Formats: sequence, C-alpha cells, structure tokens
Amino acid sequence: MRIDESVEVTVPPETVWHYLEDPENYLHFMAGLTHWEVAGDRANGLGARYRILLQVGAAEVGGLIEMVEWNEPFDIAWHAITGVEHRGRWRIRPLPEGCTRIEFRWAYAFPGSGVPGLVTELAASIPVRRQMRETLRRLQYRLEQLNARSPAGPAG
Amino acid sequence: MIGEAIPAAAFRYLGERIGAGSSGSLEDRDPDFIRQNLPLLWLLATFYFRAQVRDLARVPADRPVLLVGNHSGGNVIVDTFVFSLAFSTHFGVERPFHQLAHNLAMGWPLAGSMLRRSGTLSASHDHAEKALAAGAPVLVYPGGDWETHRPSWHGNKIEFGGRKGFIKLALDAGVPIVPVVSIGGQETALFLSRGHRLAKALRLDRTARLKVLPISLGLPWGINIGDFAGHFPLPAKITIQVLPPIDVVERFGADPDVEEVYDFVTDQMQMALDGLAAERRFPVIG
Repeated sequence: MRIDESVEVTVPPETVWHYLEDPENYLHFMAGLTHWEVAGDRANGLGARYRILLQVGAAEVGGLIEMVEWNEPFDIAWHAITGVEHRGRWRIRPLPEGCTRIEFRWAYAFPGSGVPGLVTELAASIPVRRQMRETLRRLQYRLEQLNARSPAGPAG
Repeated sequence: MIGEAIPAAAFRYLGERIGAGSSGSLEDRDPDFIRQNLPLLWLLATFYFRAQVRDLARVPADRPVLLVGNHSGGNVIVDTFVFSLAFSTHFGVERPFHQLAHNLAMGWPLAGSMLRRSGTLSASHDHAEKALAAGAPVLVYPGGDWETHRPSWHGNKIEFGGRKGFIKLALDAGVPIVPVVSIGGQETALFLSRGHRLAKALRLDRTARLKVLPISLGLPWGINIGDFAGHFPLPAKITIQVLPPIDVVERFGADPDVEEVYDFVTDQMQMALDGLAAERRFPVIG
C-alpha cells in the first residue's frame, strides 16, 4: 500500500529542507510519533539511522529505519531495517514566488501474512492517511511560523 | 453406565492433553511466525476491541523483566493477545518475549503449536527462570484459571488467589516486576461462576488437574460449561496499563517479607484497575 499526501507552503525549499533534516524536529510535528531517536553515530545524512515508533490504531509500529536518499534540498528517503516493512519519502519541490510543495509518501506491506495482511494494509490506510494529513498540517504551521519570525521576514 | 462413561472419558482426555502440553523450549519461538500474525492481531485489536496499551515504554528495553498481569476472559484471553501485539510492535519481534500458559492450552494440537511458535511456555517456575536467564522478558498471570474465570461482576478486581510464586521467581532471577493491568476481558462473555466446588465434587483436581469448572453465558454456546472450546468474544473495549517497574530487593531489602511484597504489588495493580474502571461508562462499549 502506498499513500501520498502533499501540502504547499509559503516558505522556500531551503527552509523546508533545513527543518526536515534536523532529527530533533520530528517529535514536534509528526502526528502519532511516540519515539524518534538517533541510532548510531550520525545524526543525519545518507546512512543515518533512527529508531522510531508511531501509534497506529492499537499498536506502536516502527523500528529501525535508515536514510537511503539524501539529495539536498529535494529528497529524503528511508527504508525500514526492522519492524514493519515500509519506505518513506519527503519530496520537496520549489513553486513560484518562493513557495514550496512538500510531498509525504509512505509505503508499507505485510509480506507472508496472506489475506489478513492484505485486509490490514487496506484498513490501516485509513488511520495512516489521517496521520499523514495531520503531520503536513502541523509541518505547514511550524514552517510558516518559523518563516514569519526569521530576520529576513516572510518569503514571497 | 454410558452417561457416566462419557464424562469420565472426556475428563481423562483433558488430563492427557494437559500432560501433553508441557513445553519449555525457548527455541520453539518463531519470530517470522509472530511477524506474519501481527496484521491480523492489529486488525482485531484496533477495530474489534478498540484496544489501547499505555506506557509500554516503562518496560526496560535492555534487560529481562517479569511482567505480572491480571488474567481475564476465560479461556479466550484477548488481553494477552493485545499485549503481545503491542510488545512485538514496540520492541520488534526480534526481541525474545515469552508468556506462560496453562498446560491445557498448550496441549491442544493446533493451538498448542501456535502458542509454542509465539513464544508461550507451559506454566512452571523452571521454564520462566530459564527464559529470564536467557535475557527475555516473561509475562505471567499469577491468578491463572482462578482469576480468568472469576464472575464478570468481579471484573474490576485483582484476584491472584494468594498465589505468590511470582515473587520468588523475580527474586531468584534478580529481575524487576513490571505490573500490567488490563480491563475489559471479563466483558467478552457473561462469566457466572468459577465452579470450583463443582470441579472438586467431580474430582477434576485429581483426574485433570483442574481446580475450576467455570460456568458462563457466551457465544455461540449459550450456557458454556468449562469454556474448553473457548467462546466467540463480545467486542469489549480492552485497555491495558503498564505500571512502573518494582525492584523488590531495592524496595524491600535482600530478604523481603513475601506477604508484604504481595500486598504491595496487588495494591498497586488494584489502584490502577480502579482508575481504568472509573474511565469506563458502559460495559463492553467502554
């Protein structure tokens, strides 16, 4: 199952990038996130690892993830190493007048779980999509607040 | 004659199943099997039982602990499945985790195999000690069949029946006790009586090592005596609260009074259960 959600913010791509590359920010805007911890020597960049937990329905799901793409200031992508098999991606693209489109992609699967696994993939998409939308709403709010407070003033 | 022979044969069969259910092999646990079953458990826990597991992060991530729970739901122990799901998704199926179960559950051909692959061991001090020594958290239900078959109107009471073996287990293994309190399981059917006097009158304690012969109203049977084949659980909301770890030696000294420890643990659990009960407005709905 792959879910895409996006939002447009009145903030330049570089600001979005700097916010998303900092692991300390995630607990402040990711909906349902209960744990986000650097696991290893690197705080960010290609190969950085984090232990994350996300409350979805009756369980906290997550595990160890590793950054597999780090293409400043456009893409951050990760794969799960342990826990629920999933991939995620931030796709940051510039828009006219200093604005940015942020796309949040999440793909997950339960291989080997048969029909219950397929039903669960579908059923889980409801709370997962809701959380992704809430995440983007919070991210938009935080970025635009941050931008309004910056010395250079609001972009655009 | 036939009327007497059939129950006698049935109870003899139960006795054989109980004898066959003894299993203490840690290596039977199969993380891939557990992972494959998580989606179905998640589906049931989320949409059917609207389950919540709170403060699982209180379980130390880097050392063995003795998880001590209150047991509910007759032989359909929904809260155990909910907790196992939460534990496996929180810590990952890679972290060893074992639960103790009655020999009868372990003795059924299909269910017993599934339980063993899920990490369940037949209830014994030695099995638990072996798992703790191997570094795995172990979940025990001191109340066992006495508590899980208590009447539904005792649903909000901790009833370990004076069983204190878990304290000796924690002391022998040198691990903290982490109480796990759940509510809702006793609303999955209408439990009427443990039937412990009936079990004694039928000498089940001798022929089948059963101290109770519970009587309940449950789907699809209507009147359900024994709950041997389980029941279809009502969609009761399940809430589980993990309490802070209790280091018995640190709190009560190197040679603690077991009665005092027992009272402390059960009091802590009862207070938490009272809090969970106060949050509920209706039976089943929660």
